[in-house]
Amino acid sequence: MPLSDWEPVIGMEVHVQLSTRTKMFCGCSSDYLAALPNGNVCPVCLGLPGVLPTANESAVEKVVKAAVALQCEVAEHTKFDRKNYFYPDLPKGYQISQYDLPIARGGSLQVGERTVRITRVHLEEDTGKLLHAGDALHSAEESLVDLNRAGVPLMEVVSEPDLHSAEAARDYAIELRDLFRAVGVSEADMEKGQLRAEANVSVRPVGESALGVKTELKNINSFRALQRAVAHEIERQVDVLEEGGQVLQETRGWSEAQQRTFTQRSKEEAHDYRYFPEPDLPPLHLDGAWVSHLRQALPELPARKRERFRSQYGLSDSAARLFVEDPDRSRLLEETVAAGAEARTTANWIIAADPKLGPAHLAELLRLIEQGVINRDQGREVQREAEASERPPQEVVQALGLAQVSDENALAAVIEEVIAAQPQAVADFRAGKQQAVGALLAAVKQRTGGTANLKVASRLLRDRLSQ
Amino acid sequence: MALLARLGLEPEEEEFYAAQLGGILAHIDRLREVDTEAIPPTAQVVPLANRLRQDEPLPRLSPEEALANAPETRDGYFVVKAIQDAGDA
Amino acid sequence: MASISELHDRLGRREISAGELLEEQLTTIEEQEPRVHAYLRLTAELARAQAQAADRLFREGGPVGPLTGIPAAIKDVLSVQGVETTAGSKILAGYRPPFDATAVARLKAAGLVLLGITNCDEFAMGSSTENSGYFVTRNPHDPQRVPGGSSGGSAAAVAAGEAVYALGTDTGGSIRQPAALCGVVGMKPTYGRVSRYGLIAFASSLDQVGPLSRSVEDAALVLEAIAGVDARDATSADRPVDFLSELEAGVEGLRLGVPREYFQVEGLEPGVRSAVQEALRRLERAGAELVDVELPHTDYGLAAYYIIAPAECSSNLARMDSVRFGLRDESAPNLLESYLRTRRAGFGPEVRRRVMLGTYALSSGYYDAYYLKAQKIRTLIAEDFQRAFRDCDAIVSATAPTVAFEIGAKMNDPLAMYLNDVLTLGGNLAGLPGISVPCGTSEGLPVGLQVLTPHWQDARALRVARAYEMVRDAA
Ligand SMILES: [Mg+2]
Ligand SMILES: [Zn+2]
Repeated sequence: MPLSDWEPVIGMEVHVQLSTRTKMFCGCSSDYLAALPNGNVCPVCLGLPGVLPTANESAVEKVVKAAVALQCEVAEHTKFDRKNYFYPDLPKGYQISQYDLPIARGGSLQVGERTVRITRVHLEEDTGKLLHAGDALHSAEESLVDLNRAGVPLMEVVSEPDLHSAEAARDYAIELRDLFRAVGVSEADMEKGQLRAEANVSVRPVGESALGVKTELKNINSFRALQRAVAHEIERQVDVLEEGGQVLQETRGWSEAQQRTFTQRSKEEAHDYRYFPEPDLPPLHLDGAWVSHLRQALPELPARKRERFRSQYGLSDSAARLFVEDPDRSRLLEETVAAGAEARTTANWIIAADPKLGPAHLAELLRLIEQGVINRDQGREVQREAEASERPPQEVVQALGLAQVSDENALAAVIEEVIAAQPQAVADFRAGKQQAVGALLAAVKQRTGGTANLKVASRLLRDRLSQ
Repeated sequence: MALLARLGLEPEEEEFYAAQLGGILAHIDRLREVDTEAIPPTAQVVPLANRLRQDEPLPRLSPEEALANAPETRDGYFVVKAIQDAGDA
Repeated sequence: MASISELHDRLGRREISAGELLEEQLTTIEEQEPRVHAYLRLTAELARAQAQAADRLFREGGPVGPLTGIPAAIKDVLSVQGVETTAGSKILAGYRPPFDATAVARLKAAGLVLLGITNCDEFAMGSSTENSGYFVTRNPHDPQRVPGGSSGGSAAAVAAGEAVYALGTDTGGSIRQPAALCGVVGMKPTYGRVSRYGLIAFASSLDQVGPLSRSVEDAALVLEAIAGVDARDATSADRPVDFLSELEAGVEGLRLGVPREYFQVEGLEPGVRSAVQEALRRLERAGAELVDVELPHTDYGLAAYYIIAPAECSSNLARMDSVRFGLRDESAPNLLESYLRTRRAGFGPEVRRRVMLGTYALSSGYYDAYYLKAQKIRTLIAEDFQRAFRDCDAIVSATAPTVAFEIGAKMNDPLAMYLNDVLTLGGNLAGLPGISVPCGTSEGLPVGLQVLTPHWQDARALRVARAYEMVRDAA
């Protein structure tokens, strides 16, 4: 059968690092990259004998916010459980996670035209990191353990197998990223490991309703890699099945170098995690009124915001996406427009010049350009100086003497000087060589130190020469 | 079970423990006499809830303190033997 | 031997300095240790510095409390910053915590002079201190006999005059039972009363820290110092701490519940039974009303306990992996072997037994039949107590069914050993406060009277025990 006779079925498990100040169960920093190895640890996240976890309030709140943004039903009663397994990056020999009573269940996310059902959203802690002394996992003699990341709060979002292509899997992950950024629960930067997507992939003949055997894809570090890994895996499974083989249930990694998936762990080696309720942490009762309040306080979500940016601001689809994936940028856009700037000009300027200005200053800068006080090149320079000095662009223009000279009397005087100084060019022009104007204008620009409003100067020069 | 618990027993020890555990489990099996169909489980006996911590930093250990008790360290890291087979993963 | 308040008065009157008191204690320890073996390690240098600091406070009129300058011992499961803390296990040999357990920090703030670290069953698993990874502690009343356990070192130290008081921990009776067998007072507070932060966990939902002392008043004074909510322990409760104001209120008008089942347990020695019955008669004469109560699920307590505690310990002990601390077998060729050999060399037989039992009870396919079932039985046992407490203010019984038994007598029969906890572990399953107070002897060995009260009524348990102490000592 051709590839088109097979239907891929994909469910996603996404781990997202929450943007809290401190770890999930101790007061160490969530910014684990900023410290020396094992310099962001305390007795609790080191898992020393006798220590106890204390749950981070902000992490719980962020998961609830994400859950209501995903249209989930938030549990009234929830709790933490221990997931037991041995691994050197897991200091306690168990991960504190959530098993049978996750914070939320049963949501959905609109990805383009498709609705993806969300199975559950729960809260857990991250592991530390292992560095392998050898070049590959299996040939290393020993491994090095850094526990700076151990205990950082993670939110796990599990979807139903509602995705049917590699592109859809990628788009789902992008949509989640934009959503979490919009709601302010995570930076969700995949390259930084703040969003880790695992795809459960199976294929079945089109029209078949039973699910095929799935594999679980891990080690994916970018949206591009996600799409490629899923696409590769779909093809691999179809190949296996077409050749009369069977897909093995296993965990497969994605090799960026070889652009293919490979076996990491087969099902026989799967674990018995021996989940049980974490006795060190009392359960959580999530107040319904508080949850409703968080639901009502949700900001505008990405899909709606993209649509509004297209319709209200006339942005292209790709420009709208660029803004929505970056809430700081879209906030700047909106506030600058509110401060009187034109939307598309503002959007283009932000995309091109990445200003660090506040909206009032950015609007002022764009006005100076619009009114011809400065040109676009000067605008860049004013922006840099305004960012550095934190002074309003108007002041910067004055301080640097950057304003374009548009004053006709002042320009006329310069033009007289230039005409006097360059009789040959004047003669050429009068003889019909239009391009001679360029040389004369360049001289005007030079004599004004680049501040001449060339539009005005050009008009005056032509008027003067045709007299 | 001994592997799952990473206990490293010799075969004759396994037999010894199996026999002893058999006796204990026989005693434990008397729990089956009790009908607990409608009984909720108790995980924590003193009812507390919502004991949450504010998201504020607390002092950390220095890397030296963190590593002080470790059997083997290098360049600020804990050192462990290679992860030999996928069964550990 | 002097009580805490007597010593406090003498220190206050400058009849003796904390330094002198300490040296007296160290002398007693030197005399007694060859016979008792209560201490795993002494901290004399630290103690001398602490005694000096206490003397400075007394001299300069600084803030002093009842425990300032009083020499004490701490069970080897409570983390003491910079002092080797091993939970009686070889696997933690050489481990020095970089922090204090909250109970230890609070005692330090109250003027602790730390004599040393007391022996215990490995990871507090045991009822005789024979499971220590280091050596067996002896009962000061008869060195051929066990001191009970797991806080056997703490109980023996206090009984032998080797410490004024000691901290222990109680998961199924590990303070009360050794207190009974050594003839001292031992109290397990309400679960959540004392922070467990820094207590090397055995079974997290059952463990509590508490005092062993020579008198009920001493126990109350120590409990005052260590109790109270702790931001580092989410299971510690924010409840008012006052164990002294009703201590001398007596038992007149109190209803003391006598659970029939607790007087019918397997192996209850006649001598123990009659000593306890005599104690109840005296309490009755002092004005208490004895009422019959029922604890119908008593028979299932041991089984439930021996699922829940091993299950939790199998998880709690997973961190003993020799990565960040602890013993390591260097010969292992790979990580899996390193785990196996280290844990093989580091854990004793009782720890392996319980870790295996707990792993089994939690494993897929057995969880419902064992762990979940045990948690449901736990509900029934807690409800038994709640029902009984409608008819009485406190429940009284023997602390342990037997007096101190001979060393080695139960080592090859785990179930017989476990049965020593049948009267105490109900209090842990239900989270209740319980105290053991010496009540006479049987075969010349101490017997303990246990008083259990409802959650947070720790003061009432102390009050009943104190009232008994009065009528006992008046006789
Ligand atoms: Mg997870
Ligand atoms: Zn930490």
